Amino acid sequence: MSELVMQLRRHTNPAVLTASGCIVALLIAGSFYSANFLSPNYLLQQLQVASFLGIIATGAMIVILLGHIDLSVPWVVTLGGMMATAAAGWWGDLGAALAIPFGVACGALVGLINGIGTAYLRVPSMIFTLGMNAVVQGLVVVHTGGFAPQDRATEAMHDLATERTFFGLPNALLLWAVLSAAMIFLLTRTTLGRKIYAIGNREKAAYLSGINTRAVTLICFVISGAMSALAGVLLAGYATKAYQAMGDAYLLPAIAAVVLGGTNILGGKGTYAGTIVGTILITLLSSILSVMQIEEMGRQIIYGAVIIVMLLTYGRGAKTQG
Amino acid sequence: MMRAGALAPVSFGSCSAILGARFMQAVSGPVLETIGVSKRFGGVQALSNVDFACRSGRIHALLGENGAGKSTLIKIIAGVVQRDAGRMLLGGEEVVFATPREASAAGIGCIFQELSLMPHLSVADNICITDPPRRWGFIDGRAQRHIAADALARAGAEDINPSAPVSSLPLSRRQMVEIAKSLARDPKLLILDEATSALTAADVTRVFKVLKRLREEGLAIIYISHRMSEIAELADDCSVFRNGQHVATFPAGTKSNTEVVEMMIGREYSHAFPPKPKRDLRGVQPALETRGLSWESALRDVSIAVRPGEILGLGGLDGQGQMEMLLALFGALSGVGGETLVEGRPVTLASPQSAKACGIGIALIPEDRKTDGLMLPMSVRDNLTFAALDSISTAGIVSSRAENAAVADMVKLLGIRMGAADDAVGTLSGGNQQKVVIAKWLLNKPGIILLNDPTRGIDVATKQELYQLLRRLADEGAAIILYSTDYYELIGCCDRVAVFYDGQIVRLLEGDQITERALIASALNISTADQGDVLLGEASL
Amino acid sequence: MSRLRYQLLEHRGTLLAAAVFAALFLVYISNYATGLNAAVATTVANKGVLLAIVAMAQTLPILTAGLDLSVGMVFVLANCLASELVVGGPLQTAFGIVVVLGAGLACGLLNGLIIVYGRLQPIITTLATGAIYYGLALWLRPVPGGDINSDLADAVTGQLPGGIPAMLAVLMAVVLLVWVPFRNSVTGRAALAIGSSETAAYMSGIPIARVKIVTYALSGLLAAIAGLLLTFVTYSGEASSSIGGTYTLNSIAAVVIGGTSLMGGYGSAIGSIFGAFALRTIGDLLFVLDLDPLWQPLFQGMILLVAVSLSALRLLKIRNRLDLFS
Repeated sequence: MSELVMQLRRHTNPAVLTASGCIVALLIAGSFYSANFLSPNYLLQQLQVASFLGIIATGAMIVILLGHIDLSVPWVVTLGGMMATAAAGWWGDLGAALAIPFGVACGALVGLINGIGTAYLRVPSMIFTLGMNAVVQGLVVVHTGGFAPQDRATEAMHDLATERTFFGLPNALLLWAVLSAAMIFLLTRTTLGRKIYAIGNREKAAYLSGINTRAVTLICFVISGAMSALAGVLLAGYATKAYQAMGDAYLLPAIAAVVLGGTNILGGKGTYAGTIVGTILITLLSSILSVMQIEEMGRQIIYGAVIIVMLLTYGRGAKTQG
Repeated sequence: MMRAGALAPVSFGSCSAILGARFMQAVSGPVLETIGVSKRFGGVQALSNVDFACRSGRIHALLGENGAGKSTLIKIIAGVVQRDAGRMLLGGEEVVFATPREASAAGIGCIFQELSLMPHLSVADNICITDPPRRWGFIDGRAQRHIAADALARAGAEDINPSAPVSSLPLSRRQMVEIAKSLARDPKLLILDEATSALTAADVTRVFKVLKRLREEGLAIIYISHRMSEIAELADDCSVFRNGQHVATFPAGTKSNTEVVEMMIGREYSHAFPPKPKRDLRGVQPALETRGLSWESALRDVSIAVRPGEILGLGGLDGQGQMEMLLALFGALSGVGGETLVEGRPVTLASPQSAKACGIGIALIPEDRKTDGLMLPMSVRDNLTFAALDSISTAGIVSSRAENAAVADMVKLLGIRMGAADDAVGTLSGGNQQKVVIAKWLLNKPGIILLNDPTRGIDVATKQELYQLLRRLADEGAAIILYSTDYYELIGCCDRVAVFYDGQIVRLLEGDQITERALIASALNISTADQGDVLLGEASL
Repeated sequence: MSRLRYQLLEHRGTLLAAAVFAALFLVYISNYATGLNAAVATTVANKGVLLAIVAMAQTLPILTAGLDLSVGMVFVLANCLASELVVGGPLQTAFGIVVVLGAGLACGLLNGLIIVYGRLQPIITTLATGAIYYGLALWLRPVPGGDINSDLADAVTGQLPGGIPAMLAVLMAVVLLVWVPFRNSVTGRAALAIGSSETAAYMSGIPIARVKIVTYALSGLLAAIAGLLLTFVTYSGEASSSIGGTYTLNSIAAVVIGGTSLMGGYGSAIGSIFGAFALRTIGDLLFVLDLDPLWQPLFQGMILLVAVSLSALRLLKIRNRLDLFS
């Protein structure tokens, strides 16, 4: 048993393999319907769309690995888009220049509050982030209702979301790739990554190992908030404007992408490669269903059934406990 | 089988004619018999071809190191795991138990090492959980409380309120509930797996009385314990297991302790404890010192000092503040009064993080390695280096080379037996898991090491390795505080022993003063040696 | 004497939720122009009972340390189904009601079967089945509409003799016919035991599979009852994912405010009912306090956040920091 075999065994897991197989199968099945499915242009376009979901899933995954969940995604996405566009309206050229970091910072701030509530006040994350989602929604409603805000995306946002500046690859895809590389490095090579997995497995043991578990939890929620807001900035750039409830459609697909990628919804286990594959699978599935002009009701049913069937093949728990 | 009438102690014999007839049969044949039972977990042969039998009216002790196959055998008997091969006969008839429910219905009662209580439910709910008394199809709360009270009385734990939620009880009382719970089901065969390890001495005495009475009533009892003294007192028959095989069965009292231990470990039983060096440490500055430490009602004005090179034992009955003492020193308690000094300098210990980082460094080997010490699904490597991540990383980035070297060092130093460093730590045996917990802290090179009952549930061979290791660490300059529920360990390992009673240190024993008699007497807070003598029998040590 | 103390302890979550609701309702009603009368009570009841029953549905899986993210969608599906079937004469109406409730039971049963025999996490299973149920609802009602037996609807949303809102009587009936028997049955006890410690429950010989399946099936049934009642209130069916999502999330909030532990093993559906009414009253408070409706979502979110953060007060009492993790 060489080192190489061990490495291979460590880095391939059934979730990634099965999900990858499904992606290939979907593409092949789609190509019978229309040859377009295998064209580079279609694939790049799908990857570009996937990158929005992928960035949200990145944040969702890091929190899920801890054994928590971030349900504030929908309105943090909206907040990111809204604040980025609003910055340009408030502060003119300076605001336009700062639009993207400002939008992301707003999301990070929400993440910070989520982190404080979860790590320091020890409110269950499911309920605290739910409340936070409502609060952010309230803030956005007040913000947009009180006076007419600037909602046009800036030039830079638009470029980031839609242009292809390098080698004909979408900028959004490149951004997702860079973030993915950073995330893989964070989870596999850094002490922070180790601590995240440890807390997800058993926070008490991590605490008794002299780890500041609260700080780690806080950092993860900040990352999650920032990622959601960044995706909001991109979505606003993609649609050229920010609008209410633009993030509503992203929470459940993001969680599904993470889980389809083999991450344990209860934390402590999962690879980032799985999340990438899960994101692409979800995006491709909904794209193909809509290209085939299957109605919304059929799409919902297929979508739910696919998640169940996929998880039944590899996501099952142990047979007996104890 | 949950009728209130059947629970009174006297009624067992007249319980039912069928049961009585079974026991008559049992005089000729065993209650339970296994023939050629084997079980394999992944690559490990946990049991191979085991023939075993136990009879009614006898207490049958199972002996063996951790991983010898005792636990697997009783899990098969109790329906928790299924055998791969072989037959099992209950009262002469072949049986297959797919779940604990089926085994329980067949009259097998099990008291496991890991508690099987539901913490949010009341004591009565727990005792009657499988088959509560019903009226009109709904649970009859009043009848249930009566049944629970009867079962508790039968277990000798009348002091427990049946309405109390289990989570409000201390560990030793929960164990008594556990015992009452299995008695309430009128088992034919009762299995106790390390069931007394969490009990106080007084409770152990009461449980023993109950077990002896049940034996009179004709129950077959299988008893597993790592405490030889308990086995000597209780057992009628002994079976020794080693490496998944049934080595021998013999009537209790026909083999010496040394012979039994040799059978268990399969080699000669060497001297258990390393020699204590004679050193005069009086002038040396303490590595750790407390002045008037207090916390809630559990610690009251505790002042101790431990010097480099010294092993200080914490003695006394369970739950007298020893555990809180260790937690306070490790920063896990808030609102601690008094003063703590490390190398003469006052320190504030607000978290394990600050304890780890302060001065020469403090390490705590926690009581429960499975929940507090390890992340069981994570690899041996990740667990080993987890408390010392800073030493194998730069700017938060882990160096694989430094990490692998550190893991290899520790595996060698402690003789950790494992497959690959990538394997989940949960796949190791209990003793090796404990070694990982200790190794993880040694990587930090702590000057002060606190140990909370580190040998509980560990096999004899590993225990001895740990004793040697502790002495070696002390010789290399560490200051060690060892809390143990095993008095022999305190006598064999410690240079001094501070005996706790009700949150205070009632006596500090030194050198030759550390004897069984002195430990027990001061644990019960009795000053004269005579009374200590009288109580020795009752404390059953 | 001490038994009483333990009982108080057991029900403290429910009692607290009842107190919170009472306080909020008092503020509400004292600021309401006409004070408390039958019409006001009926309006409050009609709004509150729907969420209360969905919250009861959510409570059952949570007691077993699970979660049902599909309750909102079963609620919507039942609403669409009822707008199709609960029409015409008494016989047809009765038949329609049976079918609607049976469909809810079947949805819950499917959840339970997948969770138990598929060995999947409840949270992700119900997320996926929720999508399926929503798809079915869309299939039934691509556009909002439909009809309902209006005599029955008027009766259920109206008042009983004496001015008592009929909806409250329906809620009482649901509590007495579903929750109370469940709570006092061996199955209900076993559900709590599973939530408290699944390993211990297994070791104690509890039939875990059966208990979980029954629990999820009952949860589906309760969600369908609420969906049927929604149809009586709106006189139509609508396959709206936002209604489903809102009810699912609010049901979790109501359960938490009602004192049930999300970790399972402890809590009561009665607490969830008060939690649901408290949540609804918060929304209505703004109306009577004459605040700009624009501020309502923010206000509602803040109250929820503050309410759950109050649980942090218990941290002040914790002296052993390890207790934080249990």
